[in-house]
Amino acid sequence: MSADTTGTTTRTPGVRDGLDTDAARPDGTPKVTGAFAFSSDLYAQQMLWGRTLRSPHAAARIVSIDTSAAEAMPGVAAVLTAPDVPGKATYGLEHADQPVFASDVVRYQGEAVAVVAAEHPELALRAVRAIEVVYAVTAPLTDPEAAIDAPPIHPDGNVFRHLPLRHGDIHATGEVVVEGTYEMGMQDQAFLGPESGLAIPSEDGGVELYMSTQWLHVDRDQVAACLALPAEQVRMTLAGVGGAFGAREDVSLQVHVSLLALRTNRPVKMLYSREESFHGHVHRHPAKMWFRHHADRDGTLVKVEARLVLDGGAYASSSTAVIANAVCFAGGPYRVPNAEIHGYAVRTNNPPCGAMRGFGVVQACFGHEAQMDRLAEALGMDPVELRLHNALRPGDELLTGQVITGTAPVREVIEAAVAHDLPPLPVDGESVMALPGGAGLTAERRDVRRGTGIAVSIKNLMFSEGFDDYSTAGVKLELDPRGRPIATVHCACAEVGQGFVTLAQQITRTALGVEQVLLRNADTQIGSAGSTSASRQTWMSGGAVQLACEAVQERLFERASVRSGVAVEAGRRRHFRMRDGEVVEVDGTFAMSVAELLAEGPIEEIREHHHPATEPLDEDGQGNAHVSFAFAAHRATVDVDPELGLVKVLQVATGQDIGRALNPRAVVGQIEGWIAQGVGLAVMEEILVQDGLIKNPSFTDYLIPTALDMPSVVQTVIEQPEPGAPFGAKGVGEPPTISSTPAVVAAIRAATGRELPRVPVRPQDIALT
Amino acid sequence: MSDHSSPSRPPPSAAQPSVTETYELSVNGRARSVPDAWIGESLLYVLRERLGLPGAKNACEQGECGSCSLYVDGVLLNSCCVLAADAVDADIRTVEGLGDGGHLTDVQQAFLDAGAVQCGFCIPGLIVTVHDLLDRVPDPDELQVREAISGNLCRCTGYGRILQAVEDVKLARLADPEGSS
Ligand code: FES
Ligand code: FES
Repeated sequence: MSADTTGTTTRTPGVRDGLDTDAARPDGTPKVTGAFAFSSDLYAQQMLWGRTLRSPHAAARIVSIDTSAAEAMPGVAAVLTAPDVPGKATYGLEHADQPVFASDVVRYQGEAVAVVAAEHPELALRAVRAIEVVYAVTAPLTDPEAAIDAPPIHPDGNVFRHLPLRHGDIHATGEVVVEGTYEMGMQDQAFLGPESGLAIPSEDGGVELYMSTQWLHVDRDQVAACLALPAEQVRMTLAGVGGAFGAREDVSLQVHVSLLALRTNRPVKMLYSREESFHGHVHRHPAKMWFRHHADRDGTLVKVEARLVLDGGAYASSSTAVIANAVCFAGGPYRVPNAEIHGYAVRTNNPPCGAMRGFGVVQACFGHEAQMDRLAEALGMDPVELRLHNALRPGDELLTGQVITGTAPVREVIEAAVAHDLPPLPVDGESVMALPGGAGLTAERRDVRRGTGIAVSIKNLMFSEGFDDYSTAGVKLELDPRGRPIATVHCACAEVGQGFVTLAQQITRTALGVEQVLLRNADTQIGSAGSTSASRQTWMSGGAVQLACEAVQERLFERASVRSGVAVEAGRRRHFRMRDGEVVEVDGTFAMSVAELLAEGPIEEIREHHHPATEPLDEDGQGNAHVSFAFAAHRATVDVDPELGLVKVLQVATGQDIGRALNPRAVVGQIEGWIAQGVGLAVMEEILVQDGLIKNPSFTDYLIPTALDMPSVVQTVIEQPEPGAPFGAKGVGEPPTISSTPAVVAAIRAATGRELPRVPVRPQDIALT
Repeated sequence: MSDHSSPSRPPPSAAQPSVTETYELSVNGRARSVPDAWIGESLLYVLRERLGLPGAKNACEQGECGSCSLYVDGVLLNSCCVLAADAVDADIRTVEGLGDGGHLTDVQQAFLDAGAVQCGFCIPGLIVTVHDLLDRVPDPDELQVREAISGNLCRCTGYGRILQAVEDVKLARLADPEGSS
């Protein structure tokens, strides 16, 4: 059996469940038996239950807070408000502008005012209700457009960021011009595992925090600052994460539960109810967007103009980065020589918004893809043709002036998406469940109209604008008690369901030729892995594991050189390689098993992995701000009952640029899952906010796709290894959710002839306009 | 796979909400005492927090997501909507009680083989629901499957691999009626 070399990794195809296989999840069995410990399953002896008192108003002055009745209740161990925060009074992902507890004003419905700890969750709830807060309600600022010039509702002002982008000749004009205004409602990540965590006071005065999160180290730093503790006294361990999708990138209860544990000197668990979860994490930014596209008669894009206003709600979260993505990719995956874009992310008294998969690009894509269809219509051109005609290629320039140096198979993803068969035509005797409205029996087949639409997207991978979002991994190779090699991987990467734990094992098996690979808990005992977001962990933490494995391999080669007498001062790789669990001399006869080389002791190495540096955007929004890009195309087919405005999404066909499928089965599941979220945004998912108040904070009223709502998904992945990416792989999680939404809406437009400038498309948008 | 080793947790040391009861539940074939518990507690809460059986999950606690699915007297229920004190004398079977002596059931194995598991929060509820479906309806068509699991929300998978797993179990059971669990 021969080893082949890809990039810098020596691949030994002999090892089971290595890269490029459908290796099984190490956490799969406990997840199907119910034994897997999610953060909400945590338990400690003598544990108290924490609960949060939240503002019922979107905007108010706090006149007084009286906690005495709550404190006097039997079974209540602590009631904490702003004066009880020993350290920094505010926190925040990028800007610490959110109070741990509101003390003078509240800026959104759901803002935390106090927390309690009690012996039983019901007692904690009653204690929260016994806290008397007198509010002087003020008029909430809820219009993001008005917020730009309105009196500031926070000392840091109302505009988180105004980002202008000017590219090429901003006065250029095209022969054909189309213009449109688009709107996107507020989507929720709606992960199933509620926010929860367990804090245990430690003997050194610090705290052990078990938490479901996306980024342990920034959580830890924020908690430590608010607790006035050195970072090393806040030890965080990842607890089982029931989905994340961006909503766990910000701090929710981390500071609160730690404060309660330190105050009571007992373990404290907090667990949000579903309603509280809707108030307790950031959402996808609602957007109002204006676009004007210029093109020549032959369909060549000349210029894109846009004004994008994202409502960031009361606190900054990651709004400044979200608006950068929206602006940078406002042109879509197309060659656009000239552009003028203005993006605003603003503060209002609406619920705070931040990361959700697709991160700013989802909003922009809904606008630019609707524009491409308008343009196709104005030109009398096929929408697929128009997109192919303008599709980005390697070597092309983005709106930011950055040249694409990696792969850009835009044409390929489009062609793959449209090559799939359309869903079958209706058959006689079909089940009513196949019709829009389903069991409601509201539609008759003869009234139902079918439509098909396409959309294409570009997404940046990793963090941008000069941020060094590195990852760290440690690999230890040793002998198990039976004398067989076993590797242990340590990385703070948050496994949120995406399968990094599987990938870390696959990489290690392939790189070191060992089948037994254990994973240590993700925790803060090792350096940061960065966030599980921005499609970055396969590249960043996968790369860190790879580097650590290579460092371990170097040490094996050193030992081999001593044992063999083959002197290899420099360039050891050229003299030795791994083969079927042995280190063998290249062009020589020496061979020794890894087990024998480990007899003199374990080998452990820790490595950091950094991606190529990026630059901030300049005052015209120009610069090499991004690391890499992934592309996807979606073709959706829908049936619509125009009378009631009900939609059944039948099929989403996709072509997606993934670089390389490191675990093909996992890729299939990722793509299906994120198409589900895109379909949800297209036709059902919206947090309804009125005067700053959330009207539907429950799964009864905030609808996410069920198995009956979910279309069939047919997919083709395009594997063109990305230069510079570990193993050539691109992250796969975000693209499916970006262009699936505009594709579904385009299909509804095709079926109904309606303009539908807003998502989610509501029945009244179809039936009553 | 079984709860036989799971310890009953001690009752909280200090105050309880008023009106407590001591009662017994039959869980996975075993009598479990629930001492001194507030009678407002749901079956889901008592299993998770008092009996050390966290397999049933708590994604909504208002009957909307199916993550807390289990059997009460052979009937599939959302345990968040049942008061534990009302389940006295009933035969309660949770995901922890499905397997046989540490072996995965055919449904559990099929979920793994099909790649149906991502974050996993919905999975125990879905496993119970799929067992219930295939035990009642051995040969469901795809729409019947979709309808049967439509009360179980999953946010990660888009259901594609889950539907595949159900199909795999169905075909295997139809081919070998003796081999099913
Ligand atoms: S937790 Fe019971 S249905 Fe959601
Ligand atoms: S696997 Fe995450 S909710 Fe289903």
